[in-house]
This record gives sequence, structure tokens and C-alpha cells, in this order.
Amino acid sequence: MHEMSLCEGVLQVLQTEAKTQGFSKVMTVWLEIGDLSSVEPEAMLFSFDVVTRNSLADGAKLQIINVPGNAWCMHCAKTVNVKQRFDECPDCGGFQLQVTGGDEMKIKELEVE
Amino acid sequence: MCTVCGCGEGESKIEGQDHDHHPHDHKHSHNHSHEHGHNHDHPHEHEEHEHHGSEQQGHDHHYGHGPAHAHAPGMSQARMVQVEQDILGKNNEYANENRRLFASKGMLTLNLVSSPGSGKTTLLTRTLTDLKDEIPLSVIEGDQETTQDADRIRATGVAAIQINTGKGCHLDAHQVGHAIEHLSPEDASVLMIENVGNLVCPAAFDLGEAHKVAILSITEGEDKPIKYPDMFFAADLLLLNKIDLLPYLDFDVDKCIEFAQRVNPGIQILQVSATTGEGMEDWYQWIKLAHQTRLIGRPKLSTTNSATQTATNVAEVS
Repeated sequence: MHEMSLCEGVLQVLQTEAKTQGFSKVMTVWLEIGDLSSVEPEAMLFSFDVVTRNSLADGAKLQIINVPGNAWCMHCAKTVNVKQRFDECPDCGGFQLQVTGGDEMKIKELEVE
Repeated sequence: MCTVCGCGEGESKIEGQDHDHHPHDHKHSHNHSHEHGHNHDHPHEHEEHEHHGSEQQGHDHHYGHGPAHAHAPGMSQARMVQVEQDILGKNNEYANENRRLFASKGMLTLNLVSSPGSGKTTLLTRTLTDLKDEIPLSVIEGDQETTQDADRIRATGVAAIQINTGKGCHLDAHQVGHAIEHLSPEDASVLMIENVGNLVCPAAFDLGEAHKVAILSITEGEDKPIKYPDMFFAADLLLLNKIDLLPYLDFDVDKCIEFAQRVNPGIQILQVSATTGEGMEDWYQWIKLAHQTRLIGRPKLSTTNSATQTATNVAEVS
């Protein structure tokens, strides 16, 4: 359900950009979605079609670029890959992790005309 | 959310307020009529287009809308546009506006988040009853429907406003901004925002609050923090509620705390019961201290109204 609001957020940005960058139709939208961003890509794809109906992005393709979750392990003193916020360090099994990447939800670029 | 100004298009409503009257109204209705006009005109316009060639007049009325008009010669070249914008950028702008307002008024704002039925409203009404003589308080209530919760809050004598989110599953910063305009909270007061009962979506939406306070009742199971990690990661304080029911339930408090700290090592945890009052004093101290930090270096605000009284109370305890 909150993917729906996020897609509405995307559409808002598209509408603003359409004015400032001078385009009237969006064909493709590239989003960067991190593993730790609490966004379900499948739900995002579904909501996007619904939200963009009869808008400047009607029928536009949504491409989701996955960004892996990264955390700094204080014990190992290096960056490790995590899938969820409560994952332990894959190397030492510790929980002293600071998430450093993979929580982004960003509109990267657009194909427009 | 409305896609023009971010307000809840006909679905969310702030109690006692017709949404159409907010300051964004201009833009709002303006765009709507445009869109409307466009939809109406479209088939007609199209016909003209075909019969009489390029009809530039029509284009001015609905630029940026409708794919049909993008096919004018020389205008159809596809291109790439770099955006690099946060999806929640708009919400975050509104949240920052709220945050600036709270800071200028020396207010402490808490965003109370939990699943439905955690005892959030009961905890809140008890807190208000116990603190209202010491600290100026106000409440924003978020629910999908009804003003029942706001009515319960107002029964304590504290000012409250209800936001009904309609189909929405969370409050957003824009709705809160409007609610504040109506509530006009006092300087150096504490504003409690009771979010929609939902452990998922409210985690992502910054409202401009100082702290998110998660409420988890022990009737829910100790694994909630790792089932819904985003919310417990976003919260600064966890209130473990209904602790009076511990003898009757198979709830492992230590396990729950361990799970919460695994998701968020910095989270502070208090065990409370809004029914018996057990542990509530700790929660009040937490509020008072957080409130005090908002007033540090703002002697003007802290000498007006009851903030000074709070300072004395905190000093007595510590």
C-alpha cells in the first residue's frame, strides 16, 4: 500500500520535471531501490501502472535498479553485504553493523519526449 | 495523495476543515480544471487536428498533457533526462518545514507509531491526563476513518485534531503541516502525533518530528522488531506496553529487547502499563528531558509558560 504513495511521489517529480526540463511524455523511468529501503519492487511495478494512468507517464516502463544493502562491520572493520537490517555480519557473526548503503529510493533518470 | 500539491485527493481529510480551503487551493483547483478541460476537449481537438492541419491554438491550453500532442513534427525526439531525486523528496521538504516551525517554537514533537491495538490511544490519554498540568500539550490523531480517537483525547481536556487518511496507510508531512495550522500549538509545548496503526509505512514518512516512539504491546509477540525491522530501526524509543499482563502470557521480554537492539542498537526501551500506571513515570521523565533539550539556549521560551515548571520537576528527580 505504501508503494502506491511512493509511485504518486514519483509522478509528482515527473510533473515538476516536465515543466522545468520541458517534456510532455515519459516513456521510461529508472528507479534506484535499495535492498533495505522497505520497498517491494513487484508492488512498485503494479502501483506505477495504476498511478500513471491518464498522466504524462501513461504506459511508461518502470525499470528498477537494485542496490545491494551494505553495512560497516565494526568488528571486522570492513564493508559487508546485508540483506536485512537485523542481519549479522556474514564473516564474524556479530551485530555491530552500521548500514552504509542500500536504503535509497531514488529516481535516477527518465526517457522522455 | 493528490499528485499536484501532495494533499490527499478527496480521501484524506483534516477534521473540521474542508481540504479545499488550504493555501494550496489555488494551484489545486486550477490544475484540476485544466485537466478536466483537457479530457473533455480531447476527441474534439483531435478531429480538428486531422481535418484542418496544425491547430496551434489548442496546444496552449493543455501543454504537457496527453500524448497526442507530442507528435508534432520536430518535437517527438526521445531524450534522456537525469533526475537523481529522492522519491520522498517532496514529503521531506514538507517535513523540514514542519521541523523548522517546531524548532522556532521550542516544541517537542513525538511521532507515536505502532500496530493497531497496541494500546496507543490508551497510553496517550493516560499520559495527557498525567502531564497536562505540567506541560502544554496538543495532539494530532491519524486514523483511516472516524474521529473517535480525537474525541477520546479531547475528553482529557487537551486540544486534538483528527486527520482521516481515507485509503492512506500513514500520515505524511503535508497533512501534518495543515493540521498544525489549525491546531496552532503553544510555544514550548509538546505535540504528540498518533500515527495510523501500521508498522510498515509510517516508518518511511518523516513528519518533522524529533523522535519516533514505537509502542509494542506484549500481547503481540516478542518477534515484532525483527518482523518489522524498518519501524524499530526508525524509532528512538520503544515502549513495551501492557506489561501488567506478563504473568498471563508467554512473552519473553529479554528476547524482545534483544531483537529490538539487534535491529537498532541505539534504541531505548521502557516497560510500561498504561492501565496500571507501572513504568509510566519513566516515560514521563523521558518526555520531560526531551522537552528540556528543545529549550536549551532559548531562555525566552523557557521562561514563558509552564516550561520552567518542567525544568524544576526534572531537577527534583535527578
